[in-house]
Formats: sequence, structure tokens, C-alpha cells
Amino acid sequence: MSTVAGAPKQRTPIRPARILLHTFLIVTALAWLAPLLWALLAAMRPYAETSEKGYVSWPDKLTFDNFTNAFQQSDMLHYFGNTLLIAVPAVLLTLFLSSMVAFYVSRFDFRVILSLLLVFTAGNLLPQQVIITPLYRLYLLIDLPGITMSGKLYDSALGLVLIHVAFQSGFCAFVLSNYMRSLPHELTEAALVDGASVWRLYWQVVLPLCKPAMAALATLLSIWIYNDFFWAIVLISTGENMPITSALNNLSGQYFTDPNLVAAGALLTAIPTLIVYFVLQRQFVSGLTLGANKG
Amino acid sequence: MYKRQLQNFRELFTNNPQFWPAVEHNVVWFVVLILLPTPFGLFLAVQLDKRIRFSRVYQTAFFLPVVMSLAVIGFVWQLVYNPDTGLINSVIGANKPGHYIDWIGDPDLNLWAVLIAASWRHAGYMMILYLAGLKGVDPALREASSLDGANEWQTFKNVVFPTLRPTNTVVLVVTIIEALRAFDLVFVFNKGAQGTELLSILVTNNIIGESSRVGYGSAIAVVLLVISLAVIIPYLIATFRKERRA
Repeated sequence: MSTVAGAPKQRTPIRPARILLHTFLIVTALAWLAPLLWALLAAMRPYAETSEKGYVSWPDKLTFDNFTNAFQQSDMLHYFGNTLLIAVPAVLLTLFLSSMVAFYVSRFDFRVILSLLLVFTAGNLLPQQVIITPLYRLYLLIDLPGITMSGKLYDSALGLVLIHVAFQSGFCAFVLSNYMRSLPHELTEAALVDGASVWRLYWQVVLPLCKPAMAALATLLSIWIYNDFFWAIVLISTGENMPITSALNNLSGQYFTDPNLVAAGALLTAIPTLIVYFVLQRQFVSGLTLGANKG
Repeated sequence: MYKRQLQNFRELFTNNPQFWPAVEHNVVWFVVLILLPTPFGLFLAVQLDKRIRFSRVYQTAFFLPVVMSLAVIGFVWQLVYNPDTGLINSVIGANKPGHYIDWIGDPDLNLWAVLIAASWRHAGYMMILYLAGLKGVDPALREASSLDGANEWQTFKNVVFPTLRPTNTVVLVVTIIEALRAFDLVFVFNKGAQGTELLSILVTNNIIGESSRVGYGSAIAVVLLVISLAVIIPYLIATFRKERRA
């Protein structure tokens, strides 16, 4: 606890209770990270060494070989590409559509729209499996020759984009409409008096003011969509077309033949979310609590 | 026509060896989440709200599992539970033939094994929700309470916790929804084999599983829908009523 004592700004003297608390938190935090550190350790040791000495042993050699092998053998880059192809349009489209709904609800305040939002949000909270059966049939029935590779909505990136947009828009519209309602009404009234059209009001007055909320939602959505596992498992049949998170299941059977490679593959999959989280931690957390605080 | 449709439900309730265990596991999932990681998350939030040093570092550690996908979490925990090479069996010496503890294969153990992984993630999530809630607690309230001579626990019990009521509602709803949504972890672990059946898994197995019975899967989905709506609708009505008053 020398760091506490060494800090000049710390006004409170070191109390035994504080030391106890820090000890508790350090131990718990390490225990919390233990499964991840264990995976990291396994991923950095050669398989030959661990199979000979057992996994609980002092590592002789730590390398990134498992990571490069897992990445190259299974062509992970391709699956990261698939994810990008789904996540980017889905996030943009969700924000665009839900901000329009939110704009309408917050500026023109129609009671009917409020109940519409209610239905949206209810859909957003439902377990995905509730609607999967009709959705699966629907995706098989919709023919899109020439538009998607499979000729159907089923087994296509487009299908996944659409379902993500449908599932996330309710939450985003809810959060954004709350945010927009907190903006001063005088702003839009002044613009209206100046003769601005509704579109300009939305695009040039209200939307720029919503940047913090939009940034938080974009971070949250990116991670949610990246992490989605279920939709692609059911709505994509070709392994090649799967986004990375869902592909992991197939890859672990096919290419990641030993636990060290599984560990490396799983950690590689987690890296993008971790980067986004560390860089945009504030946005992520505020996004997560935006909806919750209001509720 | 009607008879045939209802037939699916009748078979589900009386004749499916997986249905009632699945309902039970969903309930167990909720009970475990609300009794263990949720209070623990609240406890962590209260500690981290005390303006201690390195609060952010601790928060990051506890929150890390929430950012990762459940699929990745499933793989990471499999490395912990693996009977041969896993952390637990290696440490307690149960990785030799004849002494195996099969955390994932044993139907008496696997639900609890999955629930530990689920709780690991849930605690961090609850911590963040409660931290946000605690920020909204008026510091003057706390000051008044300590001036009146209340100790830390009394202040928390009588002053802070009651003002967290809105957060508690959100936490309750989120936890119920999480329990109903539980899917990814179990699917990655063992595809909902014996011991870890869940309603969501049964629905999915009736679509992409070997025994593809779409109508039957729909019947299970309807059961899931009814349970979910029983939770979601009252919550939303309460929320929007508050919105209107605001």
C-alpha cells in the first residue's frame, strides 16, 4: 500500500479498513481474471511442452506460435471480414433508422408512436429463440436471385444485417428519444421559425447534438453484433459465410486440434471487442446504463 | 387443424422427457443469478463507489467478461473444466484415469459448471448497473445519515438501498431476461445434452438439430414467449407510464 501513502493528494490517512478493502479487491480481481490468464498461458505454450509436462507446470518457452498458427490455418481473417461486412452496415442502418424514429417521437410527440416504441422495446427484450422458427421459414421462402450468393435471404450477410437492425432498433430508438427530449425545445423552434425543413431540422440541428448518445450506442451495438452467436448459427448454413464469433464453433472442431490452439483462437476472437472496450470504455458503459438509468 | 396444432403442446407437456427439465433449468438459472452474482455485483459496486484509488482498474477487471462474447467465454471455461488438461482437475489432481471429474459431461455437475461461467459474467454486468445507480444517490442523504450516527451498514440498508429502487427493478428484469435468453454458453459447452437442457436450446435443436420438427419447436417457442411477455409487459407499462408523467 506504499502507493497510497506516497500520494500527496490523498487526504485521508491510511486506515486498516482501506488496506483490507484493497487486498480484497486485488485478490478478487485476480481471481476474476484467472480463467482468461489461464487461457492466455495455455495459448502461449507449445503443445508438445504442455502434453509432456502437464498444464500446471512452469513454462519453459512462451511464444505466439499458437496465435499465428490458429490465425493462418483456419483463415480467421476471412471470418473477421464476414463480421465486418455484417456489423458495419447493421450499426449504421440501425442508428439511422432509430434516430429518425426518435426524432419523430421526441419532436412531434405522438401518443400512438409511444405505444409503437413500447412494442419495439418488447421485441428487443424477447429471447431470440421466440421468433426463430417463423423467421427461419421466412428466410428460406424469400428468394433474392442475383442479390445474395445463396439466392435467398437465408444464408446471406444481408439476412443477418436485417435481423440485427430489426432487433436493435427498438432499444436505440428508446434511448435516443429520451436523449432528444432532453435537448432544449427552443433550438428546433428557432430553426423552424427560420424556415428550416423537417429534414434539415433532423439532419443539421438535432442529429449533431446527439453525437454523444450516438457514439455510445454505436460502441454498444458494434460489440453486441460482433458478439452475436445465435443468429448466424441458425440463419447461416455455409460455414464459410459465418461471422467470426459463430464460426469459432466450427473452427474449433476442424482446425484447433489441441487445447492450446483453442485457447489462441478464442483469445484472438476476443481481441477486437477488448480493443473497442479499452479505447471506448466510457462510451460503452454509458451506453449500457443509458437505457437502464431511465427505466 | 386445431387438434393437430394442440397436439404439439399436449405432447410437449406430457411426453417430452426434455421439456420439464428445461423449464426447471431456466428457473434454476434465474435463481442462481439473482442470489449469487447479483448481490456480489452490488457489493463490488458499493466498494468501488467509495472513491478509492484504482477504482477504474478494478472495474475494468470485473467488467471484462461482460464485453466478451458468450461463445468465447464458453471456450475459455472449457479450458478450465477440461477433464484432462483443465485448470481445476489439474490442480486438484483429478486428471488421471479413474479419478476424472467430468465437469461438462456429468449431468449432475454440468449445469452448475455452466452457471459458474454465467455468474462470472453476470456479476460484472450487475456491478456496472449498480455503479450507475449509486452515482444517482444524493451525497447529502448519506452525509445526513452518518451525522445521525448510522454506521456504514445502516446507511446502506436504510438510506442507499431504498433509493436504488429503480436500479433494482432494472436488475431484476435484466436477470430474468438473461435467464430466459441463456443459450450461447450451453450450446458451446455441450449443445444442451443431458443435464443442461434449456427452453432456448430445445427450440433451436428442433430447427437445426438432427430431429427437425418445426411445429414442435414452435410450440416450445410459444411457451418461452408467454413466460417472457409475463415479465416484459408489466415492466414496459410501468416504464412508459413514468415516461409520460415525466
